[in-house]
Amino acid sequence: MCAVRGLTKTYPPLRGHRGTPSTPEVRATDGVRLDIRRAEIFGLLGPNGAGKSTLVRQLTGLMRPDSGSVEILGHDIVRHPDRAARILAYLGQESTALDELTVSLAAETTGRLRGLDLRQARSERDAVLDELGLTPLASRPLKKLSGGQRRLACFAAALVGERPLLVLDEPTTGMDPVARRAVWAAVDRRRAERGTTVLLVTHNVIEAETVLDRVAVLDRGRVIACDTPAGLKERVAGEVRVELVWRERAPLEVPEVAALRARAVESGRRWTLRLAPEEARAAVATVTGGAAFAALDDFTLATPSLEDVYLALGGNTQGLVKA
Amino acid sequence: MSVVPAGVLTGSALPVAEDPGAAVELGPRARLWPSLAAVYRAQLSRARVARIPLLFVATFQSVGIMILMRGVVDGGAEARAVVAGSSVLVVAFVALNLLAQYFGQLRASGGLDHYATLPVPPAAVVLGAAGAYASFTVPGTIATAVFGSVLFGLPMAHLWVLAAVIPLAGAALAGLGAALGLLAPRPELATLLGQLGMSAALLLGVLPADRLPTVVQYGRDLLPSTYGVEAFARTFGAHPDWTAVLVDLAVCAGVGAVSLALATWAYRRAAVR
Repeated sequence: MCAVRGLTKTYPPLRGHRGTPSTPEVRATDGVRLDIRRAEIFGLLGPNGAGKSTLVRQLTGLMRPDSGSVEILGHDIVRHPDRAARILAYLGQESTALDELTVSLAAETTGRLRGLDLRQARSERDAVLDELGLTPLASRPLKKLSGGQRRLACFAAALVGERPLLVLDEPTTGMDPVARRAVWAAVDRRRAERGTTVLLVTHNVIEAETVLDRVAVLDRGRVIACDTPAGLKERVAGEVRVELVWRERAPLEVPEVAALRARAVESGRRWTLRLAPEEARAAVATVTGGAAFAALDDFTLATPSLEDVYLALGGNTQGLVKA
Repeated sequence: MSVVPAGVLTGSALPVAEDPGAAVELGPRARLWPSLAAVYRAQLSRARVARIPLLFVATFQSVGIMILMRGVVDGGAEARAVVAGSSVLVVAFVALNLLAQYFGQLRASGGLDHYATLPVPPAAVVLGAAGAYASFTVPGTIATAVFGSVLFGLPMAHLWVLAAVIPLAGAALAGLGAALGLLAPRPELATLLGQLGMSAALLLGVLPADRLPTVVQYGRDLLPSTYGVEAFARTFGAHPDWTAVLVDLAVCAGVGAVSLALATWAYRRAAVR
């Protein structure tokens, strides 16, 4: 339903001003090719600066690509960017346009601007606020809500006035588990009842693994892999992740621990190791016995996550969130 | 949209045979007047949350200026100019200055994306916001005009002309404010331009024209608020020259149309980058 071919956008180099250094030319998206199928929850995963938001801005008609094509449900979005607004609903990261409105008016106004008449806009508003559990907050201005509640109210506004494609840029940022569940339940219901397609931008690997049908992994503007989360994880199936947390410092006087250090990614008292299963067994045996165990605070042994996939694919993992 | 094959509904990510040639029907476009009304209503409700203190500031500023000028001018044409200028200054403060700030911040923070991804005509967003900001000025402008008339002993018989002056001067100044806010490359610059525009309206509108140097008088002729001030000032006379009032108001309307068109163009330019 959405086909992207050779999408490229380059930001020109910036000359430095007083206090700001100059930046070189940046390829924010570099020959991106994607195919999103109808009724699928498709994810874009990558750390900050990977080009996710630039890609989404080009898909939603907010930004013109330098080259390449975007076709959504048979419409050429590069040539007719105004049509995007009539095919998709977009939840951006900013809520400034709605901040001073009440939850109820934000949803109703958005619905009216999506072409609904007053009666339709109000009945859809009531249904969506009820569905997301926002009815008790309906008369509060968005500004006065917590970050997660505000995000949920913006999500509600995006749902009023049905669209076959929802483009959600980190929709659950700051939300508590109840609100997150409400979001995914609302998405699932629309997909089951109306075949709604969802394009989700996220840097949260846990969320990506649990809700996505397929995921495109982005790094420096390029798609470095695109598959189901399970399919991606099979690529690193031969590895096990071992995390060790030391009480004060690592007992480097134990030779086995000193040997492990070369393969560990250290962050404070935490070591992260990616090992073959038998190596992992040996490592766990070492640290849970003898002198090393006295220095150990905690350890975990886990099968690979999307984060490990990302690392194995050569991505720079800084900035991915595990929550 | 078209009917979804039944297989899609239960499973997830099933490859669906899609006919690449068939474009799905687009959602409806929001029509100009209903969406203008929706934007207007939303903006008006923002005032209740965020703008009421600023409306007081605008009114007190004008009242203060009139009290100051009371010691300088002693009735006649100058007093009329001061009262008319102070009243229209309230319009300039809110419609030009505050609207320039609002659009400047909206653009810088990415808030325009919200409107740009809705099928709403650009004119509806600009006119709705401009209309709401012009409406905010109504109580302050009327209060200032009444207070000034009492202070300088001017007749209040023709204050009804404000019903034409506020929307027309409001359109001209709000259009200018929106255009400045949307065109300024940085929000601080939008704020600065809005402040400068308001200062110009203050100096050139409130100070009696015949005391200004010739060059400044030309500048005064270029400022859209001047014609609103002139039209209003004329109606304080015993026998107002209604033709001249109408001409002044027509200039306001013309400038208003041009500046709102400019603002709409600026919005289109700012929305898609």
